[in-house]
Order: sequence, then structure tokens, then C-alpha cells
Amino acid sequence: MRTMPAEKSPGARRPRRTLVAVPRPDGDAATAPDTAPRAPGDTAAEGIGADALRLSDVDEWGRSQHLRDILARLYDPLYEHWFRVEWEGFDKLPREGGALMVANHAGAIPADAPSIMHGIERDLGRAVYGLADDVFKRIPLVNLGWSRLGGVQAHPDNAYRLLREQQQLVMVFPEGSKGPGKHYSERYQLRRFGRGGFVQIAMRAGVPIIPLAIVGNEETMPIVAKIPTLAKALGLPYAPITANMLVLGPLGALIPFPAKMRIRVLDPVHLDVPPDQPRYSRSRIMDTSEDIRHTIQEELYDMLSRRRSVWTG
Amino acid sequence: MGRRVLVTGLGSFWGGRVAQALEADPAVDVIIGLDTREPGVQLDRTEYVRVDESYSILSRIVQATQVDTVVHSFLVVDSNQVSPRQMHETNVIGTMNLFAAASQPDSRVRSVVVKSSTLVYGSTHADPVWFSEDTRRPAFPRLRVERSLLEVEGYVRDYAADNPHVAVSLLRFSNVLGEDIVTPISKALSLPLVPAVFGYDPRVQFVHEVDVVRAIMFVLAHDLGGIFNVAGDGLLPWSEVAAICGKRLAPLPPVGRKTVASALTRLGVDMPLELIELLTYGRGADNRRLKQAGFSYEHTSAGAVHAFAEAARLRSTVGRPRAYRYERDVEAFFRHSPAVVRDRGSGA
Repeated sequence: MRTMPAEKSPGARRPRRTLVAVPRPDGDAATAPDTAPRAPGDTAAEGIGADALRLSDVDEWGRSQHLRDILARLYDPLYEHWFRVEWEGFDKLPREGGALMVANHAGAIPADAPSIMHGIERDLGRAVYGLADDVFKRIPLVNLGWSRLGGVQAHPDNAYRLLREQQQLVMVFPEGSKGPGKHYSERYQLRRFGRGGFVQIAMRAGVPIIPLAIVGNEETMPIVAKIPTLAKALGLPYAPITANMLVLGPLGALIPFPAKMRIRVLDPVHLDVPPDQPRYSRSRIMDTSEDIRHTIQEELYDMLSRRRSVWTG
Repeated sequence: MGRRVLVTGLGSFWGGRVAQALEADPAVDVIIGLDTREPGVQLDRTEYVRVDESYSILSRIVQATQVDTVVHSFLVVDSNQVSPRQMHETNVIGTMNLFAAASQPDSRVRSVVVKSSTLVYGSTHADPVWFSEDTRRPAFPRLRVERSLLEVEGYVRDYAADNPHVAVSLLRFSNVLGEDIVTPISKALSLPLVPAVFGYDPRVQFVHEVDVVRAIMFVLAHDLGGIFNVAGDGLLPWSEVAAICGKRLAPLPPVGRKTVASALTRLGVDMPLELIELLTYGRGADNRRLKQAGFSYEHTSAGAVHAFAEAARLRSTVGRPRAYRYERDVEAFFRHSPAVVRDRGSGA
């Protein structure tokens, strides 16, 4: 595991109160920020950057490597001992260059996104940006945590800049909120993959799509009932009653069950089209989207048929 | 033959700064400045003409002076500064009159620069991190100042389409900070506690006041034409902006923004609604188009904040310099009296 760089660079002024206070000036945000996680013990690079006037390391997307490092220490025990996350085909993830990861999404509060991001950042040493619905941006504090930890508004311009211009690793759940919002009886049945926007983005950015199939996330927080009126009143996509709430009471709203989580990295899909076109064939987009959805669904069935226990895998 | 330039809003911060920059340019022969107010800075050869807020006598002035260049720097971008009605008069009606005058059949206008604002992109939860000049804003404009500026830009586009022989440049400026300018943001950063919206720490962008004038002079010199964002490199969180200024944050409630804005304004804190929206969702403007045209910024976003913070620290010790006062007779004497030797140094 990577160690936390403890020393602060000398000479950098400590801000009195920022939400993220790190004396590590980052690269100039308008050009290419150096957002990749640091190699072990790499503190020598501090202080070098186009904009040495910065006080925090929050990049143009709102992500802070410093905060992610803190979270990694808190989240790692959960990742290792609660969900016992196991990867298959981890070496299919690219060490460099842009790529768009798409995965199935489940659980009332999905545990899949933090697990994917933590696993890749820890073991591959690359930053992961997660594209999400604007629900995150509308809720105070939630929006702040989400963006500091690598969440980005799912806007095509954002995705293009991340993938094409900055060659970053980006994660998206094409099911959107329909994935986590589904009833437990529909577990591992993939919803519609939106309107295939993720395929169009990957085409425009000229990056491969890497499908991920995840088993275990459905059982971490199964939805047994939904309250549509409450969801409407709160402006949320869904307001669930979870099995966790029935077992653990109010605490269950936050505590997931320790289901064994398995993430399988599938073969990257290279889209054989020129990048930067204003428009791509609708049928081509929908076919590719449906193919990828089908592949993930098949892999899920395969993983489920091999799974002996929800809790031990 | 040199240029003949008309500057609107001469009494405003920008009008004065632009006129000073134009006076320093030997390629400019004549500078005429219009405003309802007298100039706030000392000018040597600019001719000041007092007009009403919607510029109704503009066509006469354009005809009489035969200007070839118009710098429209008079747009109101701060909704607390004037009443809604006055903002409409100045922005929409004023621009309409300006372009009506500039598109007369015998008009010699060949270059127009309009100083707009990145406010036209708005600031909402559905925004991309960076707005390019062509990005469509995701949300309908709800704020009056945004709608007003969008209407102005509509006139600018119409004028540019109808007059292809005129280089029309529309500059959208990000939040300006610097040593001298006073805006709601600079006032907020001068308070003992800096207002922030609870639960949000958006990334904001700044452009230094010097870069604003340099950008206007740059597009004039190159007759660029087109729409350009003018904003410093980089985005920084509002908490970091306050930290650079050595201030702590005071959280505002994240709901009822309109009520909060009007309550604060009543308490004497200049907090227009558009600033509260900015402090909730932030805004970034992609500055690459102007850079590709050859412009280079002297300051980044963080640099502009540092410049402001340093000037504020200096002011807290020595105070503001005494303001310039315009005296009509004195200025007329220097410009028109036969007793003044005016050709000094112009080099025969």
C-alpha cells in the first residue's frame, strides 16, 4: 500500500482555512493538471508548477489528491475487510491514456463507485474521475465531497476534455439512477443504457470503452420498497426502504451489508471511427451501446452461476 | 491617418482605463468618450461628451465625428448597482441606439468591441466545468442581468451579421479582480468574514484588471472579430480565494438565495443574486480561443487574487489615493485654448 507523504514542502504558506489545505501547488489547471496519484514517497516534485500561487491542490474538476489520500486510509479497511473486493482481469486496465469505464450500478447507496475508484487509484496509481448526474451537485455538502473525491458533472464537454485532452481514466454508469433505484427482485437485470451517450463520447474522444461487471453490489443495500411521494418531495431520483433499515433500524440507511464484491474487467472495446466528428451514426451508437450492455449482462450471469455464497463469494 | 475612436461609459472604471490606453497609442488620432457621469481618471486628449443613459443623441455624434472604431464598455454587469429599469435602459436601449448610429448608411465604423460578461453562461448545477464561446447554456436564464446581457449580445450578433465589413468583437469577461477595481466580489473579500454558501465550495475564475484592458486593446489592434472569453488560467475554490486574502468564511444558508441576497443588501452587504449563484455553482470560461489568436495573459486566476490581496494589505496601511476630480473649464482649457502648445513631442 502506498504511504502518505507526511512532510509539507517548506516555504509554502499554510492557508488559514480552506476545506482542502495542502501546500502542493498543482499544475496549471487550464492546461494539463498533473492529477495522477503520486508514486510512493514522491514529495520532491512539490512546489514545481506553472501556478505556484495556488494554496490548495484542488484541480479544475474539484478533485483533491490530498483529500483522496485521507479517504483512502479510511476506506481501505472497508474495501479489504468488509466488501473483500476482488478483481479479475485487472491488467486489462490501461496504465496510460484515456479510457471510459462503464459498469453495472446497484445498491440504494451504491458501493460500486467508491470500490472501483479506490481499487484503481491504489493498485494502478491513476486518478479516476466519475461522471454523475447533477443530483450530486444540488445537495449541499454532498456535492462538495463528491467533487473533491473525483466526481464530475456528466456533461459531454466535461467528458471530452477529461478523455481527449487530458487522457484520464473516467468511469460512468450508463444505467444512471435507474440501476441503484431498482427493486431487489430485479437484481442483476441491467436497465436501459441511457441513450448511448457514453458511446458517442468515447467515439468523439477516440478512447476505448472498458466494460466492468460487478457482482455483490446488489446485496450491499437491497431495496425492498420505494416511497415515490417522498422522493418527489425531496427532489431525489428514488427514496427507498432498504433491507438494511429493516435489520439495523435507522443506522441501516448508511450501513451496507458485507456482501463479497467481485469486479471483472472485460476486454476493452475499441470503436473503429475517427475522433472529433460533429456527429456519429445513431444506429452505430445504439448497436454498440446494446452490445456492451449485452456483454456485461452475460458476464454477470456467468459470475452469478459461479458464486456459491453472497457473503463469501 | 490614425484611428478615430468612440468610447462609451467614459466615466466608468473601464471607460477611463480604455481611454488612457488609447491615449498612449500613437495610432489613435481622436478619442471621444460618452457618459452620463464625468470621467473619474485624468485624461489628456480624450473629448468628453455628456449624454443621457440610453444614448439618444448618439447618431448625431457618430455622424459629426466620423469615428471608425467603437468601444462599448458601458454595460451594467452588476444588478445591485442600478435599478432594473435603468439597467434595461443602459444595456439594451443604449446598445440598440449605439448600433443604430453605427449602421447608418454613411457610417465609417469598421471596428466594434463590446465588453460583455461570462454572466451570459449563468451558473447552475447542470453546467459543464468550462464554457467555451460556443457552449449552449444548459439552463434558461432566470436572472435579470443575465437576460439583459443576452439581449445585448443578440443586438451585437445582428449588427455583425448585417455589417460583414465591420470587425465586431464580443468579449466575455470573467470576474475581474485587481489593485483598483471595486466589484461585489472585491467588497465581499474585504469584509471581516467572507460570505460563502454553506455546503458548497465552487471553483471560480478571475481575470486581472490589467488583462481586461490589454484584451480590449489587443482585439482593437488586430481587428479580430468574433466572440472571445477573457479569463485567467485556472479555477480555484472560493475557500482558497478567501485564504489567499487571509480571511475566514461566514456560511450563508444554501436555500432561499433571493431572500438571502435582499436581506444582505438591506444590511449594507453588496451581495447581488448573481454572486450568490456563483458562490454556489461556480463558473469556468475556456480562454483558449483568445490565446490562439495570439493574446497572452499577464496573470492567472490565482495571480489576480494575489494582486488584489496585496493591494488590499497596502491600502489598509496607507489608504486610497485621492480621487481625481473632473473640472470642465480646466479640461477645455488644456484641449482647446490657443495658449496651450499641443504639438510638443509629436515629432515633426
